[in-house]
This record gives sequence, C-alpha cells and structure tokens, in this order.
Amino acid sequence: MLDYEKTGVLTTRDLKIPTRKQLEKGVAIIECIQEIPCDPCVESCPVNAISMKDVNAPPIVDYNKCIGCRQCIGICPGLAIFVVKNEKGKALVTLPYEFLPVPEVGETLHALNREGKEIDKGTVKKVVGKGKTMVITVEVKEKLAMDVRNIRV
Amino acid sequence: MRIKKHPIIDFKDRDKITFYFNNKKIDGLHGDTIASALHARGIKKLTTSLKYDSPRGFFCGIGKCSSCLMRVNGVPNVRTCIAPLSEGIRVETQGKFAEFPDADFKGKPVKTIDFDILIVGAGPAGLCASIEGAKQGANILLVDENQQIGGQLVKQTHKFFGSKHEKAGTRGTQIAKDLGEEAKELEKKGKIKLMLDSTVIGYYESDKKKHKFGVVKRDDYKSTLYEINCKAVVFACGAMENMLLFPGNDLPGVYGAGAVQTLMNVYGVKPGDKVIMVGAGNVGLIVSYQLLQAGIKVDRVVEAAPKIGGYHVHAAKLRRCGVPIYTSHSIKEVYGDGKVEGATVVKLDKNWQPIKGSEEKIDCDTICLAVGLLPSTRLLSQIGIKMESVPEAGGYIALHDNSMQTTVKNVYVAGDASSIEEASTAMIEGKIAGVSAALQLGYDKNAKSLRKQYIEELEKLREGPFSKKPRIAKKKIKKLLEKKNA
Repeated sequence: MLDYEKTGVLTTRDLKIPTRKQLEKGVAIIECIQEIPCDPCVESCPVNAISMKDVNAPPIVDYNKCIGCRQCIGICPGLAIFVVKNEKGKALVTLPYEFLPVPEVGETLHALNREGKEIDKGTVKKVVGKGKTMVITVEVKEKLAMDVRNIRV
Repeated sequence: MRIKKHPIIDFKDRDKITFYFNNKKIDGLHGDTIASALHARGIKKLTTSLKYDSPRGFFCGIGKCSSCLMRVNGVPNVRTCIAPLSEGIRVETQGKFAEFPDADFKGKPVKTIDFDILIVGAGPAGLCASIEGAKQGANILLVDENQQIGGQLVKQTHKFFGSKHEKAGTRGTQIAKDLGEEAKELEKKGKIKLMLDSTVIGYYESDKKKHKFGVVKRDDYKSTLYEINCKAVVFACGAMENMLLFPGNDLPGVYGAGAVQTLMNVYGVKPGDKVIMVGAGNVGLIVSYQLLQAGIKVDRVVEAAPKIGGYHVHAAKLRRCGVPIYTSHSIKEVYGDGKVEGATVVKLDKNWQPIKGSEEKIDCDTICLAVGLLPSTRLLSQIGIKMESVPEAGGYIALHDNSMQTTVKNVYVAGDASSIEEASTAMIEGKIAGVSAALQLGYDKNAKSLRKQYIEELEKLREGPFSKKPRIAKKKIKKLLEKKNA
C-alpha cells in the first residue's frame, strides 16, 4: 500500500518535479496520479503539453511544452492542477478555489500545505473566475512552491 | 439552519409557505419538502421506532426508507422527505401504528394510458433512456417520485469525471438541467410524457403484448390511480444508502451521506454544525467537501478499510482543507438524548476488529454514513425477473444482457438499479436500454449503430482499476445469465 492511499496526502516523491528553469517559466503540476476515467485537461491545453495514453491513464505534463497558461486549473474536475512559477525570489502558486469569501487582489491570507496546515502568509496576485471555480494566484516564499496547495481567507 | 451563501449554488429567494406541524403554525419555503422545512426549523424528530418508541429522523432523504413517515392532511405514512410542502397542509407525527386515513380519496382508476415504453425513474439513467428511446421514435412515459426531474444529479454540485461524451467537467446539477431540458423539449413535441410526484406501485396481470403497471399520482395529497399499459419498460430506479450497525444508529442526526447532500444542496438546509463522516469512498469524500462548502465543520472522516477507497484527488481536496481521514477506524457508538450529541470512534486491527483502549469520544451533532448503496429492485422482483445476489453489484440484482434486457422480454434495467456504479456509467446504460427497447419495438432510425457505439464507450470507461468492482459484477451477471439460459 502506498502512503498517500492511507493519508490522502501526496509528497514530492510522488510527483515529477520540474527543473529550476521550468519553474522560472511557470508550469502546471498535475497532482492526479491514479488511473481514473477522466480526460478534460488534455483537451483544455492550447499547446498539447498534457497527454494521456487512454481515458483511464494518469495525465503526463511535458514541462518543456507547458507555457503555464493556467487554462487547465479550472477545468480539472478533481481540482488537482496547480501552476507554479518562480519569480524574483518568490513563488507564484495558482490554485483552484471553491469557497467563500473569494479573496481580493492584494489581500494577505493563510497559505496551506497538502494537510491544510498553515506554512506561510500569501499575497493574492490574481483572481479569475472559471464558472464557479475560482482560479487564484498567490505569492509565497520561493522554497514553498511545491508545498503550498490551498488558501484560507 | 438555512444556508445563506454558497460558493457553487445560487439559492434564490423563495416564497414563504405556512403550514401546521402538530397543530402549530410554522413556515417553510416554496420548493421545500416537508422534511426539509421541518429541518430548517430545527425539528429533526419525525417519527418513533416501532419496537422501542425511540425518536427517528429521516435517513435516506430520497423516499427509499421509512424513517420519515408522517400523517399529512389525514393521509398516514407519507414519506415527508420527498413530499412537497404546500400552503396550509397539516403535518402530524403519527403513533406506532398509523391511524386509518380520513382523507378524501378519488377512488377507482380514473385513467388508462397506453405507451410504447414506460421508464421508471428520472435520474441520469432514466432520463437518458427516455431521450434515446424518444429519438428513435417510441413514445415514452417517464415516471418519477420526486417533485423535480434529475434524480440524484440535482444534488451533485461537483464536476463530473469521464470524457466529453459523459459531460466531463460539468457539474451534476447542470447535467440534470441539460438532460431535463432535452426531455422537456421532447415532451413539447409529444414524444415524452413526464409524470412527477408519481409512484409506480406494482405490476399487474399482463399479456404477451403488454405490461400493465399501476401508477399513483399525488396532487395536493390527493392520489389518483392510473393504469399504464406499455410494450416495454426500463427500470432506472436507482439505489438507497446502506445502514451500518452500531448502538445509536437510529438517533435523529444519523443520516445517509446522500440524504445530507440532498438537504443542503437541494433545499439549502444545514443538517447540523459538526459532522463525522463514516466511509472514505467517493461519496464520503465528496459529501465531506460539500459540507465544508456549505459552511459546516467536518471533524474527520473514518474509514474501516486500511486505505482510502475513493479517488485520491477527492481525498486531497479534503486534506488540504485540514480535514483528517482516519483509515482502519470506525464508529463504535453514537449517543445523545433524543438526538446525536457525540460518537465514540475506535481503531481497528488487521482483522477489522476494534482495538481495546483506542476509543475516542467526539462531540458532534451529525453522523453521515457513506458505506455503500443497495440497488432498488423490488418492482423488478415482483415481475418475476430472475434475481441473483451479486455482492460486487451491491446486493440482489436483475440478471441482464449487454443490451440491458432482463430475463423477461422487453423489461430493461439501467443505472444503479442494475449494479452500483457511477452516474456517468448510469447515463450510458440508460442510453443503451433506451435504444434497445425502441429497437425491440421496431423503432430503428440508427438504433443498432448507436447501441454498438454506447456499449463500446461503456467498456472503455470501465477499464480502469477503480471500475474493478462493477467490472466483476457485470462479468458475474453475464455468467449467471449464461448458466440460466443453458
């Protein structure tokens, strides 16, 4: 049995980590590693960076092709896609958010890890609505780029 | 107890409705059921148990069990969880045995109607079966017990998985609307007749050409009996949630997870303030997340199995909101004076036995059970269809072939009623049943090629590891059918 099957929490060991260069460019991290029948992310990608062997296979992101456009975030039914971009010593983490209140640009909020624990204070940089799923970009410490996965207003 | 704001659902302002509860005047909102209006006023005790007179609240919330029976306008044993609230009705708790009805009855069957295909249940499978059957040219009667169409889709506020054909990325609530509109368009063209607030009550003496059913339509708590004659029938009557055995499992506040989903997402009523979810399959995980969205605290999810049964992505959503999931844990007992006030959870060993000394008491007012579903098959067994117990399918189910036809000619089954699975597969099964029934009756625009296409889509969707159970179920069903036909 794998750890995440017991805990519901992935670690960076379970994921393909982008290189520093790829992180500087900004790429989509898809935290969907099981074989489940689902494929809307593949079609949402404007540069065909997401591929899938068949509808049940987990998606694979080609970090060289990915342009970090954030299109896939609000599409994913599992809310499992995050775009991470390192910029000027900070990390911009863009994540799906389906709670109230919706934060405003400039607001400071709690940045949470995969267990819902606060690990930083974040600043909201961008808020885009994709249907009822909000796609929110939050600025946190650069070293937490692969750890911040939720926010609490 | 009303949810004021919600990130996904727009709860519109609704008109007030005044009614009487045990002779006391109270109010609810237009669109409520009796049970949701009572819940919104904090009234959770709806009836009492037969043996011990203990208080009972509703459990399934979708008209499948008997824990919400009350007397309404002189009619006893009304399932208040699906009964529409209307102005001035008199709702009363009833004694152990209900008093004889004193309402007006219209009496005899008032109408006899003939249709090509009767579809029982307007959920994802039934709606798809109706639409597909009608498109082939058959005329369809679609009957459902609820006030609105959509079955359990109406409470699924999350986006669906799958691929484009199965409307992936669309929320279940939207799929219910889309399918409902398509069905209503076909109704305008005279191809489908919708009968809501109506129950198919039984199968009656039929001949080779016709199947005869009784349908009761409720209208302001006055019932009308219809005699329905049809050439084919599709049973898409869904499933009900399983109960779990533990002391206190009948206290008001112990609900099926789906019941809670109905209460909060359809009627905008909070089930309580602090919840323990039992079961970490997809239903448990999804409903827990939706409880958070409704502003309700989820203390934890307990799961008896050593690992999480649902999709990791659903578990991850919950975990990053700070909700812990305890695998190898279960509920030992639930306690409280007339309602849930707390629960004892316990750790289980490798053999799923409680470990002494690991008990933990938790204050809470709501327990949600997400421990599997049972196919609704009573009408099917009444017809004399060959039924078999297939554990992977969720219990007793009707044997059926890959066109969804049962062992009785022109009687079809689709969705959870045929074997517990997902809404996406229910939709495809419904399509297969709809075109197959139409084809059998001689309606064939492109029925044969469509059916082939749908069967292939279904097989593809079932290929993954999470479809292992339904895959085994369908394989067993096929074998049992072959054995019967041999």
